[in-house]
Amino acid sequence: MKREQLIVSALDHGTVIDHIPCERLFEVINLLHLDQMTSKVTIGFNLKSSKMGTKSIIKIADKFFTDEELNQLSVVAPNVSLSIIRDYEVVEKKQVCLPDELYGIIRCNNPKCITNNEPMRTLFHITDKEAGIVRCHYCNHEQDIKKVTLT
Amino acid sequence: MNRSLVTLAEHSREKIEYLIRMAQEFERQPNRLLLQGRVVATLFFEPSTRTRLSFETAANRLGARVIGFADPKVTSGTKGETLKDTIMMVSNYADIIVMRHYLEGAARYASEVAPVPIINAGDGANQHPSQTMLDLYTIYQTQGTLDNLDIYLVGDLKYGRTVHSLLMAMRHFNPTFHFIAPDELAMPETYKTYCRMHGIRYEEHKEFDADLIAGADILYMTRVQKERFSDLMEYERVKDRYLLKLDMLSKAKTNMRILHPLPRVNEIEYAIDDDPHAYYFQQARNGLFARQALICDALGITLEQVKNDKTIIP
Repeated sequence: MKREQLIVSALDHGTVIDHIPCERLFEVINLLHLDQMTSKVTIGFNLKSSKMGTKSIIKIADKFFTDEELNQLSVVAPNVSLSIIRDYEVVEKKQVCLPDELYGIIRCNNPKCITNNEPMRTLFHITDKEAGIVRCHYCNHEQDIKKVTLT
Repeated sequence: MNRSLVTLAEHSREKIEYLIRMAQEFERQPNRLLLQGRVVATLFFEPSTRTRLSFETAANRLGARVIGFADPKVTSGTKGETLKDTIMMVSNYADIIVMRHYLEGAARYASEVAPVPIINAGDGANQHPSQTMLDLYTIYQTQGTLDNLDIYLVGDLKYGRTVHSLLMAMRHFNPTFHFIAPDELAMPETYKTYCRMHGIRYEEHKEFDADLIAGADILYMTRVQKERFSDLMEYERVKDRYLLKLDMLSKAKTNMRILHPLPRVNEIEYAIDDDPHAYYFQQARNGLFARQALICDALGITLEQVKNDKTIIP
């Protein structure tokens, strides 16, 4: 742990996303558009975790996400933990939860859906939060959120 | 306000009854000049001659002019134009667009981008609300009510979108549905869940005979298509079990009517055509009045205006 602390610098203002499954890290980066950030972003990959075996962590300086942005995360990584840091102190901890609607996040798995054949944004309604069932706003197909692909 | 018609599933009981009353006016007097000076576009990205003729007749008998295409091969879609671009272009010319598309969700999307109302004339396996409207109108016309009816759905209940749309639109009217289908074409679990969520009673039957039909107010037949079966032996085994023969009507109630979205292949014996229970050709004719009502409603013409219409052609 000591060595990691040396690698990952402490954050004075910003957001820490912890407990990201390693295989989901790059999806989380894309989802939050971290490649377009101008502030300092520190990414830890394949770190040891007592809970998960290995995990990834992202620290983003001077950036506070809206709940809507963070909830989109729940599609790829439902169990991440979030810490909001101000003046080196954790002022708030959050869990992500599946929002009622998903805009432009996932692809419809119905090949005959208009969204897979037209340059347009997808929209899904969550029909069952517990079971993770979503319904395409356009073709009405219900699908398991664990089996969808990201746009 | 977007007056497009994408699905009937969102319509309230009151709205469905309102559209039925409007269709009744058009049945009384189908020939008018109510839409004189208006242009109706019929865009058929997938051929469907019967639906297109019905919509175009509905528009023509109300005095509108009709533009459009019946065959997608002649459109810019084949050159790679997006649906949005085609819709935006046609919106410059027409007051309303009737659209048939092979992709599911196409009508919803078109209704979101178009500045003029869209009427969904079928989008893939998804929705076909004008068929549902004419089915509802026909049920009302033959039974005098939509309430508390026993509706028997026979044949392909898995892929048949007309039966799915009918089931959903009937949720306001306390129906009891009866599903009669081979295992391979049984009503999907999604729609049974829908029934349970909306308090719609349903029963599933394996036998299809005179005793079963005796309970029906509406017998809704659909086509069992060979290409739906992965196992052709299974098709051969079941195909004759869901054919309606004249002697199976021996115990039918007098008010019972046989409906079919057409085209029929062999699921209703021809001898039944002359039986008083047969109603599928009148049902198809009702498509005209139902579509006249849907076009007028989408254009913002009210039932009151239709009732006080002074443009009727005697």
